[in-house]
Amino acid sequence: MTASAVTAPQSEAGRVDPRPARRPGRRGTRLELALLLTPALVLFVGFVLLPIAVAVYYSFYKWTGFSPRTPYGLGNYQRVLEDEVFRSALLHNLIIAALSVVIQLPLSIALALLLNRKIRGRAVLRLVVFAPYVLSEAITAVVWLLMLQPGGLVDQLFNAAGLGGLIQHWLADGDLVLYTLFVVITWKYIGFGVILLLAGLQSIPAELREAASTDGASPWDTTRHIVLPLLGPTIRIWIFLSVIGSLQLFDLVWIMTLGGPASASATMATYLLDHGFSRYEFGFGSAVAVVLFVVCFIFALLYQRFALRRDLRGALTGTKG
Amino acid sequence: MKRRLSLGTPFTYLVVLLVVGVTVVPLLFTILGGFRTNAQINNEPVGWPSPWNLGNYTDVLSSDVFWQAMGNSTLISVITTGLAVGVGAMAAFALSRYTFAGRESLYTLFTLGLLFPLTAAALPLYLLLRELDLLENPLGVALPQAAFALPITIVILRPFMAAIPAELEDAAAMDGAGRLGFFWRILIPLSRPALTTVAILAFVTSWNAYLLPLLVLSDPSNFTLPLGVAAFQSQFSQDTARILAYTAASMIPAIGFFVFAERHIVGGLTGSVKG
Repeated sequence: MTASAVTAPQSEAGRVDPRPARRPGRRGTRLELALLLTPALVLFVGFVLLPIAVAVYYSFYKWTGFSPRTPYGLGNYQRVLEDEVFRSALLHNLIIAALSVVIQLPLSIALALLLNRKIRGRAVLRLVVFAPYVLSEAITAVVWLLMLQPGGLVDQLFNAAGLGGLIQHWLADGDLVLYTLFVVITWKYIGFGVILLLAGLQSIPAELREAASTDGASPWDTTRHIVLPLLGPTIRIWIFLSVIGSLQLFDLVWIMTLGGPASASATMATYLLDHGFSRYEFGFGSAVAVVLFVVCFIFALLYQRFALRRDLRGALTGTKG
Repeated sequence: MKRRLSLGTPFTYLVVLLVVGVTVVPLLFTILGGFRTNAQINNEPVGWPSPWNLGNYTDVLSSDVFWQAMGNSTLISVITTGLAVGVGAMAAFALSRYTFAGRESLYTLFTLGLLFPLTAAALPLYLLLRELDLLENPLGVALPQAAFALPITIVILRPFMAAIPAELEDAAAMDGAGRLGFFWRILIPLSRPALTTVAILAFVTSWNAYLLPLLVLSDPSNFTLPLGVAAFQSQFSQDTARILAYTAASMIPAIGFFVFAERHIVGGLTGSVKG
């Protein structure tokens, strides 16, 4: 079956070239395919699919590193879902995701619209805005950790602005720490949104806007009714990446607060590290990993089903569309 | 061309100035802070270095710790990138220019990988690498990272390779080249822009990675730069100036690389997003 399916060379994925088929011999072709595909498959199955499968398997066992594995049924899952700390960690992930969409998105759109105008030094500006995105979260975390120290640069700036009364224990106050982290996340990732949206804006023909303004539309109307709808695909992709990123948030939180104080900034991933590694609860940690994965997966499927269907056709659904 | 100067212009520049300030101040704080002494920083957290003090930077740049971390980061990123791009290009070639049963399902399998976060796989990956005796080994970081970079690599490369005209392949066949010869001598050189994009994506992701190296590498001499920065911070927590110098020094490769490759990074991100 596989051999007989090998057909003519083709010009485009999914469409068979009408010219006469060149048959280099089926055996040769199969060998070539094996040669080309095996390394990728081994790597992908071995280090992506297998670990996920193994996590599912381990999650049904009670296993703490040194002790032997004993079957535990759904016990680990019950423990995860009933643990207040995990629930609040999940809530923190969701808060960060929601804040990203509500605050970062409008901010990115506004900045992209501004930067899309013809202003002096636009190229340099783009570089500057985008720079934090290429720094690692580790560097970002250390820099902001130092700036947010009591009496540090941030406090000094508040004092200089006459707002000294508003100074807080930015990272030590359990009610505030999550929002402080959100500000740092925004600093690091806002440039990414701006650059994506700028690219989206530049693909909108200038004629469209000119036509609208000739017809008497105000700049606001043009933006609202022409530019934003055309940015739709870019915005939907940004939301997707941003929410998935928020659900997996780890590096920044781990370095700045270790999820503290008292789990006030814990995320699913810091919870996973805390239990899976720091306490060697491999079975329980695997269950946490599976839950984290399922949460991302459900979001991805739902989002793809209801929001991304049109935009991603050809990327996630094959090239047949 | 006539430009209408609107009322919005001063406002625009004000916003731009604000944005640049917010972006640049933390970077300047880090770089300039490295030139100050702890006494200067403690007396006055915000301020210019006076006098300029090179000691922190010379300490960092003459220390083995920094260069070791830099070397480890480079080694791991290069292996990751080479593997992801090499193996990914071969798979993308097979998936774009051969017809065989199960081709689309195979492609869908790889694209599904876009939904698997490395974070969720971290714990079982750690256990697997322990079985394979790859802990404390650069390959223990590079192999999984390359595997997780494959989906985006294939998603970007496949349409690019599919769009290269079939006439070229026929001409190559006429000249006696096999399909693998066509792949190596014609398709790869022609795919350079897309290959550059995926290489940069894989490299930057690996260069900045923290979680997997944190799990796999626990011996400080094996640390990568992100691990090194975080460890340096907790180790010398009283020596702010030195932490700033170390952090600034470890920013330089990323920033330099970024200035050099900005076009490709941006193009790659927007390209990958559009599918």
